[in-house]
Amino acid sequence: MKTPARPATQTTAIARPLLASRVEAGFPSPADDYVERTLDLNEELITHPAATFFLRAGGRSMLGAGIHDGDLLVVDRSKTPETGMVVVAVVDGEFTVKRLTRGPDGPTLTAEHRGYPPIPIGPDTEVTIWGVVTWVLHRP
Amino acid sequence: MYALVDCNNFYASCERVFQPALEGRPVIVLSNNDGCVVARSQEAKDVGIAMGEPFFKCRERIRRHRIAVRSSNYTLYEDMSRRVVQTIMRFIPDVEIYSIDEVFLDLDPLVGRDLEALCRTTRATVRQWTGIPVSVGIAPTKTLAKLANRIAKKTPGTDGVYWFPAGEAEQARVLKSVAIEDVWGIGRRWSARLHALGVRTALDLSRMPASEVRRGFNIVAMHTALELRGVPCQELEDDPQLRQTLVRSRSFGRMVSSWPELSEAIASHAIRAAEKLRHENARAGHLSVFVHTNRFREDLPQYGGSGSCELLPATSTTPVILSKALEIGQRLWRSGFQYKKAGVMLSEITRGPVQAGLFEQRDEQRDDRLMGTMDRINRKMGSGTLRPAASSFKPQRWAMAQDHRSPRYTTRWDELPRTR
Repeated sequence: MKTPARPATQTTAIARPLLASRVEAGFPSPADDYVERTLDLNEELITHPAATFFLRAGGRSMLGAGIHDGDLLVVDRSKTPETGMVVVAVVDGEFTVKRLTRGPDGPTLTAEHRGYPPIPIGPDTEVTIWGVVTWVLHRP
Repeated sequence: MYALVDCNNFYASCERVFQPALEGRPVIVLSNNDGCVVARSQEAKDVGIAMGEPFFKCRERIRRHRIAVRSSNYTLYEDMSRRVVQTIMRFIPDVEIYSIDEVFLDLDPLVGRDLEALCRTTRATVRQWTGIPVSVGIAPTKTLAKLANRIAKKTPGTDGVYWFPAGEAEQARVLKSVAIEDVWGIGRRWSARLHALGVRTALDLSRMPASEVRRGFNIVAMHTALELRGVPCQELEDDPQLRQTLVRSRSFGRMVSSWPELSEAIASHAIRAAEKLRHENARAGHLSVFVHTNRFREDLPQYGGSGSCELLPATSTTPVILSKALEIGQRLWRSGFQYKKAGVMLSEITRGPVQAGLFEQRDEQRDDRLMGTMDRINRKMGSGTLRPAASSFKPQRWAMAQDHRSPRYTTRWDELPRTR
């Protein structure tokens, strides 16, 4: 059985007009010529739609990086994790957000709040990097 | 040259992307309604869970091997499937989406490049971007690409990519290793008759004279035989317009017997099918409706029926399709039976402007505007906000049993995966 290809588009419900003038009969506004497009948040937040996932942050371990409980994380799996990046990692089968740092024993997941010990990443640990956090959306 | 990309244990793999704790554990996914096993991780295959096995028959093994059980989560699988295809298309743009987990690729436009390296890069990128493991078979025909994919999947040394060999002796060796019932398009229906003729492997079929295959079977089987020899008979079907039918059906969560309940289900399927048609800018010329009881419940009286009608002119208008579907449904319904499933099928699908019919009475343009407005509102406000009064406003009692469904991680704001 064959399924039709769907267009690879992504739309957003939040679109703001770049410039808009009131419609008044008989007086075309000169500004109308400049209305070309609307701002699409997806364009700014998502570089690789196929590889981008949203996750919900839990806990307080990354408060220092401005990540609060309940914040929305934009995670791009196409990015290669590098030292200094905030990543979503899998530790003991669970998702966690931490900063990828270089510790004395190699790559390490480091929290940014007191009381959370660093988690070493090595050949004999069950830790994998799931994706790179590219944006944090926080409700003020 | 063609390639077939096939996602490994697709449904189970989708579940694992968002539940990493399932990695290394046996996982099974159940059919609509939690009836039987429709997908298994490798570990579940290894402990002897069979495809299609009824759920209740595996309960003991599920406990013993700590098998993770999931209801099918088609919302998630469809979204992941879309991501896999999008990723593939960055590398190889000519694709035919063959099923939710299989994509044919046309490699001819890329000739001159290192195709195997390209396929390996594609495979690795799909894995990284989406988390889904895939296998790739490369060959001069689609039938052979399908066969090569099987080998890529089953042979450890291939690392997930297998190119059907060029040398004749090598080809014969590979074809001989594939049983006739495992050849794409042959299936159980023909394999018994082929066995009787002494045709047991793909190699045997490829050596049968084409005219003989055509006489003994049909033209489809002849194409299969030719394709096994490396003669392409099927091109990519990359055009959704070729889709001939559209089916919306579902088993009931529990059996229903009354006409109000059955008609609600038929109405809901008809409405969704019409919506889908309009989404594809298509119209249907033929409508059929079917209902049946649970044939596995031998203790209950059995009944099944289907009926159909022409849609003249071809239409995608909800009120027309809905009223005809209900008319047919009413003719099919008999009291005293417990119904298990109902569905609606639209066929003779066409695109583009309609021919004005001689006896056309409805104002099709007005219908189109009305339907367009309804679809827009439903897209904005949520599916089912506006609907004809025949479909229920109460929570639907016939909705599927999905006791083990995981969250719709990629399509619902309130079901996103959480970090700890």
